[in-house]
Amino acid sequence: MKCSEFLQELTNYLDGVLDARTKAELEDHLAWCHNCYVVCDTTKKTIEIYRDSQLYALPENLRDRLRSAIMAKCQARKKSGSEPV
Amino acid sequence: MTAIQQNVGEPVSDELALVQAAKAGDIAAFEELVRRYDRNVFRIAQHITQNREDAEDVVQDAFLKSYENLQQFQGQSKFYTWLVRIAVNEALMKLRKRRPERMVSLDEEVKTEEDSVPREVADWSPNPEQQYTQAELRDILTRTIQGLPPSFRTVFVLRDVEGLSTEETAEALDLSIPAVKSRLLRARLQLRERLSRYFQKRESGENAQ
Repeated sequence: MKCSEFLQELTNYLDGVLDARTKAELEDHLAWCHNCYVVCDTTKKTIEIYRDSQLYALPENLRDRLRSAIMAKCQARKKSGSEPV
Repeated sequence: MTAIQQNVGEPVSDELALVQAAKAGDIAAFEELVRRYDRNVFRIAQHITQNREDAEDVVQDAFLKSYENLQQFQGQSKFYTWLVRIAVNEALMKLRKRRPERMVSLDEEVKTEEDSVPREVADWSPNPEQQYTQAELRDILTRTIQGLPPSFRTVFVLRDVEGLSTEETAEALDLSIPAVKSRLLRARLQLRERLSRYFQKRESGENAQ
């Protein structure tokens, strides 16, 4: 397996959706190719860092304000008779 | 290396009941759906628009639109996937309004300089997050992901941050599954390469001549 072929399958590999045979071929490649091992490992870390980062958390006061606004508009729609029937 | 598994952590079992109740006019049931997903919609909207006020508008518009069109929701997909689809469309419209000079579409493949086999293959420090303060790290992560084209950014956020499956992401973005996979791969590799500039292991003698 070439490095470019490994990269093509990297997303499937990280998502755990490969068949057993392809997975074994990829892991064989990883065992001897240090560059691909590092790319694979740091890509996994990239995903984990973003997933754990809590970027753009919604502050509670803003959350309350938005929800009130949404529900007021929904109520108005309901009263005006254009609500789902 | 173990596979990365994830899910939106909410139980889906009672979701359909909430949707049915909301359809029948129970507004408290709809409010529960808002509570369940407002944080996710806000995050997605902020990632796409990169603007706090726009993201607030998107949250309101997306929920209102979903309320108005609840009868159109047939239950073939999860309510959340359907809601995300509405929210992404609202967010893209905001983006187009703000950047009329560049049409923003998720349909077109974007060629970028970083598309080939990665060049930066230096390994990272064992705990790269700990090299920076919380605020510095957020700044790095925000700037790095903002540098991606919107079509890559959006796929990455839905799949890897929000935990939608490939199929759900395809449905929410109206893309084919191969298109989602291709964008996800490139988004992941580009983010990895950009983060390497901050996180790569410092060689102990790097300053020596």
